[in-house]
Amino acid sequence: MLSKKEKKLIKEIWERLTPVAADIGSDALLRMFASYPGTKTYFSHLDISPGSAHLSSHGKKIVLAIAEGAKDISQLTVTLAPLQTLHAYQLRIDPTNFKLLSHCMLVTLACYLGSEFTPVAHAAMDKFLSAFAAVLSEKYR
Amino acid sequence: MVKWSDFERAAIQDIFSKIDYDVVGRAAFSRCLIVYPWTQRYFGSFGNLYNAAAITSNPKVAAHGKVIMAGLEKALTNMDDIKTTYKDLSVLHSEKLQVDPDNFNLLGDCLTIVVAGQMGAAFTPEVQGAFQKFLAVVVASLRKQYY
Repeated sequence: MLSKKEKKLIKEIWERLTPVAADIGSDALLRMFASYPGTKTYFSHLDISPGSAHLSSHGKKIVLAIAEGAKDISQLTVTLAPLQTLHAYQLRIDPTNFKLLSHCMLVTLACYLGSEFTPVAHAAMDKFLSAFAAVLSEKYR
Repeated sequence: MVKWSDFERAAIQDIFSKIDYDVVGRAAFSRCLIVYPWTQRYFGSFGNLYNAAAITSNPKVAAHGKVIMAGLEKALTNMDDIKTTYKDLSVLHSEKLQVDPDNFNLLGDCLTIVVAGQMGAAFTPEVQGAFQKFLAVVVASLRKQYY
């Protein structure tokens, strides 16, 4: 359950991160590949080495999608409908991986925002990313 | 036996040498209680855990944060056999405290995020990988005596 305050906080944070979407996204992905090597299996078709163009553009894509969802959290199912279809029928990424990327996204935010990433912000963000992942996997079965 | 690369050993030792145990212990433990409120079930005797402000200023939370870091220090100084080092701790958590071992991962994640906040860019993906491997071994050792 996200309170009004939390939704506002989440929206503000992602608005601020939109200009550096590629950096944030590629950082989170690199962290996920380093800590959870099994996740690399989904990227055999891309160059995911640090600094690669693929990593940058893919990271950017992910962060922009999250930021879009953050603009109106009550409408997540509507906003994510095309991505739901993509993940369910084409990508078919095992949803347990969403948790792994979410955790690494939180670590990236902690590094980037420092003390601004308070326990309250952390709790709100964790809840939001869990909700985002849940909506993303809705069409799987 | 867990194999540690030179990089991993150095990275993990480096992290622990840089962090203030009192600050980090308290921050990680209070984050766990705030972000995952169901973990409060084990701390009924801690008094006021009503909201984030109460938790972060609670002296019992701070004291327990220190206890946790002392436990991690034991693993740090016995990296080549954490399993044996943690045998009694594992029995304690399983039989006396009766803590669901999934909670160990929640605390581990919060600790990772606190360390990340402190170290900033120095907490690179590779360093994070080493730290998470250390925490995974710690958690597995704590789970070992559960049956």
